[in-house]
Amino acid sequence: MIRLSALTKRYGPFTAVNAIDLAVPRGELFGFLGPNGAGKTTTLRMIAGILRPTSGSVLIDGTDIVARPAEAKAKLGYIPDRPFIYEKLTGAEFLRFVSGLYGQSGSVIEKRMDELLALFDLRDWKQELVESYSHGMRQKLIIASAFLHKPDVIVVDEPMVGLDPKAARILKDLFREYTRRGHTIMMSTHTLEVAESVCDRIAIIQGGSIRACGTLDELYATAPADGQGLESFFLRLTGQNPARELVEVLNA
Amino acid sequence: MPDDPARAPDGEHGATGTVNSASLLHLLRPKLQSMRNRARTVGRQSLWHWSLLAAVGVLFWGFGTVMLVRVLGYFERTPEIGVLLAGKLLGLIFLSFFAILLLSNIITALSSFFLARDLDMCVCAPVDWLTHYGARLIETLVHSSWMVVLMGVPILAAYGFVYKGGLLWPLVALATMIPYFVIPAVLGTAFTLLLVHVFPARRTRDLLSVVAVLSAAGLVLLLRLMRPERLARPEGMRSLMDFIALLRMPTSPYLPSEWAQNGLMGYLTGELSALPFYLLWTTAAALVVLGAGLQRALYAAAFSKAQEGARNVTKRGLLSRAGDAVFMPFGVLRRELILKEIRMFFRDPTQWSQLILLAVLVVVYVFNVRFLPSAASDGVSFYLVNVIPFLNLGLAGFVLASIAARFIFPAVSMEGRTLWLLRSSPLPMRQLLWSKYWTGTLPLLVLALCIVGVTDALLGVSAFIFALSIFTITFMSLALAALALGLGAVYPRYEAESAAQIPTSFGGLVYMLASALFIGAIVLLEARPVHSYLSARALGTPREPTAMAISFGIALVLSLAVTFVPLEVAVRRMEAAGE
Repeated sequence: MIRLSALTKRYGPFTAVNAIDLAVPRGELFGFLGPNGAGKTTTLRMIAGILRPTSGSVLIDGTDIVARPAEAKAKLGYIPDRPFIYEKLTGAEFLRFVSGLYGQSGSVIEKRMDELLALFDLRDWKQELVESYSHGMRQKLIIASAFLHKPDVIVVDEPMVGLDPKAARILKDLFREYTRRGHTIMMSTHTLEVAESVCDRIAIIQGGSIRACGTLDELYATAPADGQGLESFFLRLTGQNPARELVEVLNA
Repeated sequence: MPDDPARAPDGEHGATGTVNSASLLHLLRPKLQSMRNRARTVGRQSLWHWSLLAAVGVLFWGFGTVMLVRVLGYFERTPEIGVLLAGKLLGLIFLSFFAILLLSNIITALSSFFLARDLDMCVCAPVDWLTHYGARLIETLVHSSWMVVLMGVPILAAYGFVYKGGLLWPLVALATMIPYFVIPAVLGTAFTLLLVHVFPARRTRDLLSVVAVLSAAGLVLLLRLMRPERLARPEGMRSLMDFIALLRMPTSPYLPSEWAQNGLMGYLTGELSALPFYLLWTTAAALVVLGAGLQRALYAAAFSKAQEGARNVTKRGLLSRAGDAVFMPFGVLRRELILKEIRMFFRDPTQWSQLILLAVLVVVYVFNVRFLPSAASDGVSFYLVNVIPFLNLGLAGFVLASIAARFIFPAVSMEGRTLWLLRSSPLPMRQLLWSKYWTGTLPLLVLALCIVGVTDALLGVSAFIFALSIFTITFMSLALAALALGLGAVYPRYEAESAAQIPTSFGGLVYMLASALFIGAIVLLEARPVHSYLSARALGTPREPTAMAISFGIALVLSLAVTFVPLEVAVRRMEAAGE
């Protein structure tokens, strides 16, 4: 469903994403992990068609996002890490606008909008201006907007930031159910527990290159962890030793 | 997978059943709805703010229209050359507007096509490139042209009134102005697209802000140094025929400003020609097509490039270390606050570039003063030589108030997004305010003393007036800066994206009105003792030392009150913010 071939992005002499090859099939919830500045957001923005790759390609269900952008984007829903919402629109107006961007409107969309708002406890806020929403409510509204047009593929950057435990649980369930129905989700996150509990496969990116990719069992098999789960594996793979660094800093 | 790539996988679609690209109107809808919602949620206080703004606007509008009607009326009564002069004036206005529109569209297009925060959402949606172009072009056109429209309406109304345009006049004006506005919008967006294709968007923004200010400064300087007032005196020409020939000669035959002027003046003088309208509309249409072509070819790559930004490594250099040393005596906290203000100012091209414009305005100011009667001129009385510099204090006060509105008034608002950091630190708000005050006031004071000192020296004033000017302008600067900072804290605009937006708010208007009142009061208070002194020197009338002392004393107390009260109010506001 998503296929990245030798995907590369350079900013001048700096290579943010370095020849990534990746295939995420239909019905999979794929986790994209990595330390800050590893190239996660750049990769997701290239998949969403916001950034143009320096070289390589992104295929969404076989459609090249650069060559046939409108066709590929119609199959996509994108949830950015720092989303923008028009402050002076109501939640309902914003959702109608987003569905319109995907060429959808009418009673079916209105019904779906109500269902999604109810799911995220936002129905009472439907007619309120977004400026009065809390950070978490805005995040929920953005998530609802990505599901509105039922895209084949959802690309989501740090979805759990700002969500309350109930909303976080709903989102995890929603992601699982959505992929069970044959859709694909590619998600970047720093919350390793989330990745561990919902993702079918995980890739760990560092310095623009994929360091490891597979199911949790496959990952552990390549570099046996010391029984502390994904966190320990992640830290070992990305070469970070927080405990030692902490002691050094505190002693300084 | 379904055959239709855009179709939802379980067969559920919108009411139409198929997925079409969003329409042009749909892309513009959030802005229109936001406008409507903003109008609906206007509170009583905002309503009062808007009413005051509207009243001041209408006042200026009315004043401008009446003045222009008088000028055009005077032209109309002048045989032979009256119509030519009116046409030339309209051409010059349109030419200036065209330059402003072009520059404004270039800058606005950068924001609406490449930097706007809603672009990610629109670009990652399957929106047709032409619809996207159309929507962003309309947005750019509206944002960069509304001010010119507001200025243009009274001008066209005055022309229609004086030359009896009749009921059709608004339609003719509309048919002229629509393509006249579209042309610079398309040219501006195309130029920006090409620029962003070459440079990163954020670098381009910096570059453009400096280029824009340099262009504006150059234009002001050029216009002033040419002394256009001499053109209004035909006696300088060898003969009237030369003058008429000069007026008849087209200024810029290949520019839309000239076509618009010809179209409108042709209608008003009964010599209507279709050619100017044909030129305007065909050029606009052709440019839209070319602009769309350019958009299709370059936009996707340019937008991607615009996201990349430009890395901006700033090393700690000699200046930085010198700053540390200079401000060392102020203590760590004050030093860091002052250095932060200075660094923020000089690293933001939209801020420091304003200094260029400021320098040019000062040059123009001093240049104008040079042509006033001075002590060295023959036949100029002692009274006149000394009263002009005194009145000049009022004018200098307005210049300083405008500068304070631009640079000091936004100081508190600019802290909006970092207020959490300042408020959660042990920094007393009083200290923050005073640091901001002195950082803004000292340059203002130096400028004020330069303006007044140089102009007084050029005019050759007496020692008394010189001392009075220096003394008055010093206290006036201190008070105007405090008023700007204080009212900036009372009417903060924390959500503003740039410092330039802040003075145009309601608070900015209140500041300018309050400054005008303060300057007027000081000039009035000092007028009597100055008159008394000059009369005594020139005519030998008795001096009034007590009355003089009282007037100067009241002026001093007023200046000190306007300095300390707003700052105290500001401190309290800042301390209470977030409670």
